Amino acid sequence: MADNTFKISIITPERVLYEGDATMIEFNTVEGQIGVLPMHIPLTTVIAPGICTITEPEGVKKAAVHSGIAEILPDHVTLLAEVAEWPDEIDVERARSAEDRARERLANKAEGVDVLRAEVALKKALVRQDILA
Amino acid sequence: MASMRDIKRRKQSVSNTQQITKAMKLVSTVKLQKARTKAEQTTPYFDAMYSTICSMLAKAGTVNNKYLKDNGSEKKGFIVISSNRGLAGGYNSNIVKMITGGDYKKEDVKLYVVGHKGGDSLAHKGYEVVKDYSPVMEAPIYADAIQICNDVLNAYAEGEIGEIYLVYTHFKNTVSQIPKLMKLLPAEIDEDDVANASQSTALMNFEPNEEEALELIIPKYVTSLVYGALMEAVASENGARMQAMDSATNNAEEIISDLSLKYNRARQGSITQELTEIIAGAEALN
Repeated sequence: MADNTFKISIITPERVLYEGDATMIEFNTVEGQIGVLPMHIPLTTVIAPGICTITEPEGVKKAAVHSGIAEILPDHVTLLAEVAEWPDEIDVERARSAEDRARERLANKAEGVDVLRAEVALKKALVRQDILA
Repeated sequence: MASMRDIKRRKQSVSNTQQITKAMKLVSTVKLQKARTKAEQTTPYFDAMYSTICSMLAKAGTVNNKYLKDNGSEKKGFIVISSNRGLAGGYNSNIVKMITGGDYKKEDVKLYVVGHKGGDSLAHKGYEVVKDYSPVMEAPIYADAIQICNDVLNAYAEGEIGEIYLVYTHFKNTVSQIPKLMKLLPAEIDEDDVANASQSTALMNFEPNEEEALELIIPKYVTSLVYGALMEAVASENGARMQAMDSATNNAEEIISDLSLKYNRARQGSITQELTEIIAGAEALN
């Protein structure tokens, strides 16, 4: 294997979603989108809902990663995601209805509605649909 | 001596019970295996989370973080994980004892319970149950742990409780489950681990800065602990039930063999008696 690859692992509480060698990984953080190549400076950052793209020498893999933290080391990236899934595990219908629900909540701004939570739910629903589009 | 019919009836009832305990044992064996694999799958996540926290603390120190400092409240929050069903030997009462046997003032204890059995008996003893998450115990998922942690951390942030503890049963192996009490917040991280981490990751950067990142990550760390505890508790519950049902089945076996002996003796007794009566009757006629 050429030396321009590094190890990537995506770990959720329920399972190890991905483990392997790749040439690049891109994902969303609370500070914005980042792409990481091998030999990146050590960095720990907080993940925001988004599509995580893993570029392997053999091809590209995509996963929806919703929240968690990422630990980047020169030769290893660990995504500790609270929720992460492959596109084929996503239920579009559910994502759509979740989107509608979240939008309705945000539009009504009724008392007792957790705006932040509704926004996060909306983001997750959109990411889930994006990755399948 | 009890009559033959009584003994027979009793034997039948014991053997019915034995069938039930046998079936329950089989069911919990299967459940245990499932729960065990699930509990083992949470370990990589937790380990990675712990080492990240250590390296962050090594870099950031125990700077002004609300989760690492005492907030002055006397109250203690306990997340108590027991089970919804009984017949698991000492499983639930051991958990209850962790609280009643501890050195805590009853007024200072606020409970967040998972599992009817532990929750009900603690409430009965006069402890304050703030919230009950019992349905979670049927099939705990990560979202449940998030829910519990949100409530507890909010109470902590608002100063309603000053310390958070987690009480659950640690699954050591199939035959040994140990009730455990663990302090969640203010977080206590092993100094040695922090020192080790500081040597290896001296160059780690944080985005956003250390303090903000720490504030976002500590709740996730606590959540992963609670989730791990839920998983282990499910495994422990089934392990405990499996053992309890195994010994119940064995006891039933013993009682049945004892009763068989008595039954045979009674049968023999009645035959002998009948014979004596017939012979006596025949002699009287002669």
